[in-house]
Amino acid sequence: MTKVLKNIYMALIILFLYAPILIMIVLSFNAGRSRAKWGGFTFNRYITLFSNEDIMSALSNTLLIAVLSSLIATLIGTVAALAMSKMRSIFRTTLMGITNIPMLNAEIVTGISLMLLFVTLGVRLGFGTMLIAHITFNIPYVILSVMPRIRQLNSSTYEAALDLGAPPLKAFMKVVMPDLAPGIFSGLLMAFTMSIDDFIITYFTQGAGIHTLSTKIYASVRKGIQPEMYSLSTLIFVVVLLLLLSINLIDVISNKKADKKRKD
Amino acid sequence: MKNKSFTALMASPYLIWAIAFIIIPLFMVFYYGLTNNDGTFTLENVLAITDPRHLKALGIAMLLSVISTIICILLAYPLAMILASKNGSKDKIIIMIFILPMWMNFLLRILAWQTILEKNGVINTFIEMFNALPLFDLPLLNIINTPYAIILGMVYNFLPFMILPLYNSLNKIDPNVVNAAKDLGANNFQTFIRIILPLTLPGIISGITMVFVPALTTFAISAMLGGSKISLIGNIIEQEFSTASNWHLGSGLSVVLMIFIIISMIFSAIFDKDGEGNML
Repeated sequence: MTKVLKNIYMALIILFLYAPILIMIVLSFNAGRSRAKWGGFTFNRYITLFSNEDIMSALSNTLLIAVLSSLIATLIGTVAALAMSKMRSIFRTTLMGITNIPMLNAEIVTGISLMLLFVTLGVRLGFGTMLIAHITFNIPYVILSVMPRIRQLNSSTYEAALDLGAPPLKAFMKVVMPDLAPGIFSGLLMAFTMSIDDFIITYFTQGAGIHTLSTKIYASVRKGIQPEMYSLSTLIFVVVLLLLLSINLIDVISNKKADKKRKD
Repeated sequence: MKNKSFTALMASPYLIWAIAFIIIPLFMVFYYGLTNNDGTFTLENVLAITDPRHLKALGIAMLLSVISTIICILLAYPLAMILASKNGSKDKIIIMIFILPMWMNFLLRILAWQTILEKNGVINTFIEMFNALPLFDLPLLNIINTPYAIILGMVYNFLPFMILPLYNSLNKIDPNVVNAAKDLGANNFQTFIRIILPLTLPGIISGITMVFVPALTTFAISAMLGGSKISLIGNIIEQEFSTASNWHLGSGLSVVLMIFIIISMIFSAIFDKDGEGNML
């Protein structure tokens, strides 16, 4: 009985979280241009989508900023996390405190603060300023996911590699890196996700005429969203869903294999 | 890796980045907030929060975000307990289910709530279908452009940020501790109050900061679900930067906002020293 109740509760929350997504998917097949009325089924939005230059350029900006900012943030963040692990605790705590600022501060304040900086310095708002902003709020995610991995490191394996004659860089790459890799990867993924989904900070650091998907959507809320936006989001959602499913499936299968081996 | 100068060299790119793009920009907000157009010092922009319009916006924002945070805890805690009780390879997939919605642009998801809640929206269409049947006479849902819709949007948008830290801190509890409590005669309720709740406090606090701060400072959710009638403090600040172009006033109000943020940061630092409740 309680098990049934638990499952019902979980199902209700999942319904709550997915109801809007379902609506989006349905709207992507709506032939009418209005969001409120159903005008018949069409598949056209998935074809016109690719010739919609507005949306395509917003998409390419979004992806480009996400890829670049998450890669750069991962590089800076990983190196910083390694350095921080070697620091004296007072420096580490200070730097960690600074790292927490963009995570805990309101996005609107972070966005405004960067905009004021750029405008005061006379930097023209545009792709560059958006990229810098995204790198800035991405670095903390990388540091926070790499740090725990570094703490778990066993320093004697690295020293053993050195004792056995490996040059420091090689010892680092062969011995330390494999242990850090999961943390670095999850930081990268987190940064990429945050970048794709960001609206507020992008909104304040964007230049005239350059849009990401988020700012494009917000700008067109009053005029009415182009229906192609729904089909694009549906596509993105399905791609991510399939990716996550396959990653998990591989995980489950390899776990089972590992279990089997252990039993043998 | 061992010597000091190498450590400093490795830390320097991030240090420079953090000073240039985290510290200095924050000072810029204070500088703009505490000066007027001529660059002379003034408290006018910060004290502008006492303007009835601004005070009302801050008050509503506080009220709605506190309510939303409480609803998030009440919804997320049982869910996190259910999720934590499920073990095995499936639980990763279940967690995925709660993160996946974040991959659809949040503005579009909020916009979808408009479609659901509207006068002629999805819910009311269903209610009318029921009312067409005999015996049914349900009232129509009329919450779009009210504070209730904003609360719904906040809860919807920030619920995953409450679920994940709670789940993580519940998962870290050693089952032996719970078993020990039960062996020593505690019933389920006592075990929950005396053992589980205190041990998940870091998760709760971390969840509260992850929900409360963005809810307090949002302007998109209120703009999309609250109509034009309800202004939160976030909307006021946004307007000062976009349409009104009074950056000094906008910065002054942001400084006030930061006081609230700093209070909640201190809270999370006290209760969650080791970052145990982090969602990562």
